Amino acid sequence: MTRRAPLTTGSDWNFALIEEFDHEIARIAHEKYQLDTYPNQIEVISSEQMMDAYSSVGMPVGYHHWSFGKHFVETETRYKRGHMGLAYEIVINSSPCIAYLMEENTMAMQALVIAHACYGHNSFFKGNYLFRTWTDATAIIDYLVFARKYVAECEERYGVEHVEAILDSCHALMNYGVDRYRRPSPISAEEEFRRLEEREDILQKQVSELWKTFPEMAPGVNRRALSYRYPAEPQENLLYFIEKNAPLLEPWQRELVRIVRKMAQYFYPQRQTKVMNEGWATFWHYTLMHDLYDEGLINEGFMLEFLQSHSGVVYQPPFDSPYYSGMNPYALGFAMFRDLRRICEEPTEEDHQWFPDIAGSDWLTSLKFAMESFKDESFIQQYLSPRLIREFKFFSILDDDTDDHIEVDAIHDDAGYRAVREGLARQFNLSIMEPNIQVWEANVRGDRSLTLQHIRHDRRPLESSNAQEVLKHLHRLWQFDVHLDSVQDGHVVDRISIPAQAPNNHSHD
Amino acid sequence: MAYIVDRRLNGKHKSAVNRQRFIRRFRAHIRDAVNDAVSKRSIQDMERGERITIPRRDLAEPQFHHGNGGKRGMVHPGNKTFNRGDRIQRPDGGGGQGSGDGEASNQGEGADDFAFEIDKQEFLNFLFEDLELPNLVKRHLEGAKTFRIKHGGIVSQGNPAKIHIVRSMRQASMRRRALTSAKRRQLRELQAEHADLLEQEQSPERQARLAELDERIAKLERRIGNIPFLDTVDLRYNHHIKQPVPVSRAVMFCIMDVSGSMNQDMKDLAKRFFLLLFLFLERNYEHIDVVFIRHHTAAKEVDEEEFFYSRETGGTIVSSALKLTADIIQERYPADEWNIYAAQASDGDNWNDDSPACTKILREQLLPHMQYFSYVEVMPRKHQALWLEYERLQQAMPDAFAMQQLDSPADIYPAFRELFKRRMEDNA
Repeated sequence: MTRRAPLTTGSDWNFALIEEFDHEIARIAHEKYQLDTYPNQIEVISSEQMMDAYSSVGMPVGYHHWSFGKHFVETETRYKRGHMGLAYEIVINSSPCIAYLMEENTMAMQALVIAHACYGHNSFFKGNYLFRTWTDATAIIDYLVFARKYVAECEERYGVEHVEAILDSCHALMNYGVDRYRRPSPISAEEEFRRLEEREDILQKQVSELWKTFPEMAPGVNRRALSYRYPAEPQENLLYFIEKNAPLLEPWQRELVRIVRKMAQYFYPQRQTKVMNEGWATFWHYTLMHDLYDEGLINEGFMLEFLQSHSGVVYQPPFDSPYYSGMNPYALGFAMFRDLRRICEEPTEEDHQWFPDIAGSDWLTSLKFAMESFKDESFIQQYLSPRLIREFKFFSILDDDTDDHIEVDAIHDDAGYRAVREGLARQFNLSIMEPNIQVWEANVRGDRSLTLQHIRHDRRPLESSNAQEVLKHLHRLWQFDVHLDSVQDGHVVDRISIPAQAPNNHSHD
Repeated sequence: MAYIVDRRLNGKHKSAVNRQRFIRRFRAHIRDAVNDAVSKRSIQDMERGERITIPRRDLAEPQFHHGNGGKRGMVHPGNKTFNRGDRIQRPDGGGGQGSGDGEASNQGEGADDFAFEIDKQEFLNFLFEDLELPNLVKRHLEGAKTFRIKHGGIVSQGNPAKIHIVRSMRQASMRRRALTSAKRRQLRELQAEHADLLEQEQSPERQARLAELDERIAKLERRIGNIPFLDTVDLRYNHHIKQPVPVSRAVMFCIMDVSGSMNQDMKDLAKRFFLLLFLFLERNYEHIDVVFIRHHTAAKEVDEEEFFYSRETGGTIVSSALKLTADIIQERYPADEWNIYAAQASDGDNWNDDSPACTKILREQLLPHMQYFSYVEVMPRKHQALWLEYERLQQAMPDAFAMQQLDSPADIYPAFRELFKRRMEDNA
């Protein structure tokens, strides 16, 4: 390969240089590796704007809410005191894919960010099945604009406090505002606007039907048998259930519930693919930067700066380090994609045994397949190799409250590989990490109370003070009594009620 | 191909609204902190922000979480010594950290309080909010200082509108001379030789020499001509500096009764009043001295700390304080150099025979030299001799003397406004 002259030798960036770098990186990403990406929009912003972006989860427009202000104040304070560096990039899943570059960064960092966000994350957003089926990148910005406008209108009409109260309550239930198995209808701002009024009417009508308590005028038409439970099946999407069924919400309040629900749904794939997404992006900035170096487009100094930053990002502190706070998704994801490439290119005997399908195959095809077809949990389950388990020195611990000791039940040896891999995969399974809470019954014929059920997995209880608070929020939306039953082996073992009830009257229903 | 957009000019306060929302939501906490700060700070030190601390539980956003207990497996990296089947003492706290979603967990922060800063503007807003200040006056009190643009000499950098032409040309001329002096000397020599040769008879050698001289002269002239007439390094600019307008000097006397009948609440009320007066004067005067005089039966000049917080008992003789004030003015603050203000706070108790003496001192020694004397009574009860005495004085000298009664913090501003109404209108 002919080595070309470096694009720059200094550390300062300018717009022409960014464009040149982007051009070269795009050339390698698209031609050499056939990465499929959305078009990119690179925005250069100042550190304060970065804090703004940070506190609104990177959304370029968002509705106003105090909690974003809290994040902002917190970020600002910590940044000013030097307790944290700012993320040097934020990228959001939209088309065009918007990536923010911070003006304080050097050219080396800007190049790294371009490779990481504009080609790594971007191709992940476009390729991964969760994003493909659950989100619509072309519509999100318009929807955000719609949401912001709608919330602002509500604030004007009904007062900031009232809107804030509803949003607070919705935020508390945000993680339970997603459909896990059913594909949601795509969001579109235009559609939302067009159907807004229509829907307000229909929604209200449906709700009124459900809660109708006067006897039917026409005799003989018994609309509902009194004996059956509503809803017939437990509902996992609490916000959806509230939007459709809460008896006393105004139409605009239902709209707010819907907006928060749509946001939650939009970010759901992100929450499920942290390791893969960051790992993929890190793998590609690493690969692309090395290609730039091999072609001579960047020099050693540039490379050293990049590597220093890179190794900081992928550092995994061991469990006994003061810096340890769980798995670093960058470290795990990057290591897994690198390992995957190794398995394809230089498989060992062990790899042939464990990964007969991919050992020795074309690495680019295999990696893309992995990126496209999995989420964190299944990705780890599928691809975490014994070699990586040894490298990370993973061990699995069993903490059972009936035992006064905790037990190491697997380590990085032949007998332990599968257990460790399963354990780690479970750790990234949101439906296990989050308590399993569903709508059990809305008492439509009686006191209109709402009962949720928490199915205990492995006897793990809810953290009760938080649960109490969340339930208060639910009560605000439902406006009649709400109950949360904890169920273990088919028996209700605990009940939280808002408003609080006398402790011994919860067995009669 | 990517679009590259420069957003840096887009303004950085996108989160300003959210921040406002946040502050509004926690205004009770912030107000407490501000009130706290007011009682801790010196009254001359109100013009900075404050660090606000809010207990984290108060601003938590609740979510459903797993609690401790039950059976759970965790995988951690970095095994060094563990083997399968090892049993370990359960660490304190149940080993609850390290959930799958990394940095997002809000327990990771520990139990620290949530601390952040509010700036001076916000601080004063909260402070005045309590005092029920109307906006106009708030602006008056907080308003930016006025500046005078003053000549600050000549500098070598600036904007084109401020070029000092004469100085720039002088600089250019100096530079041209300095850079060409050697060449000009050479030129003069050559020209002299040239003239010399022309005087003499012509010969081929001399012709050749003349031609050579012509060429060298032309070359030197060209090189001298190449020196730029005006270069960027020559440019000189007028420099202007902003200087705060020195209005003049003022001295503020804070006089307070610290006899046994004044309790801490009354003192706090008085402190707020003094504070407001201080801020008001600070807007109008460049330099302010504050003199604290406290009295019971005898008066004493003290520092701020002692003024507000030390306790004394005993009877009350107000005239002692007024007399001391008069002495201090005599000694340190000549009336032709200082604007003199005084604010007196008292619960209205006074030795009965003393009240006429007070009026006398005020009328004869103090008020003639003073801008304004204000008296506040921090006691919700029947007025005593001093009030009645002062009332007569006020009728006699309404321009220089004012009095009001305070019952609660909310009264401070209306009272203050009554006292300073005319002055604020004059100054606005």
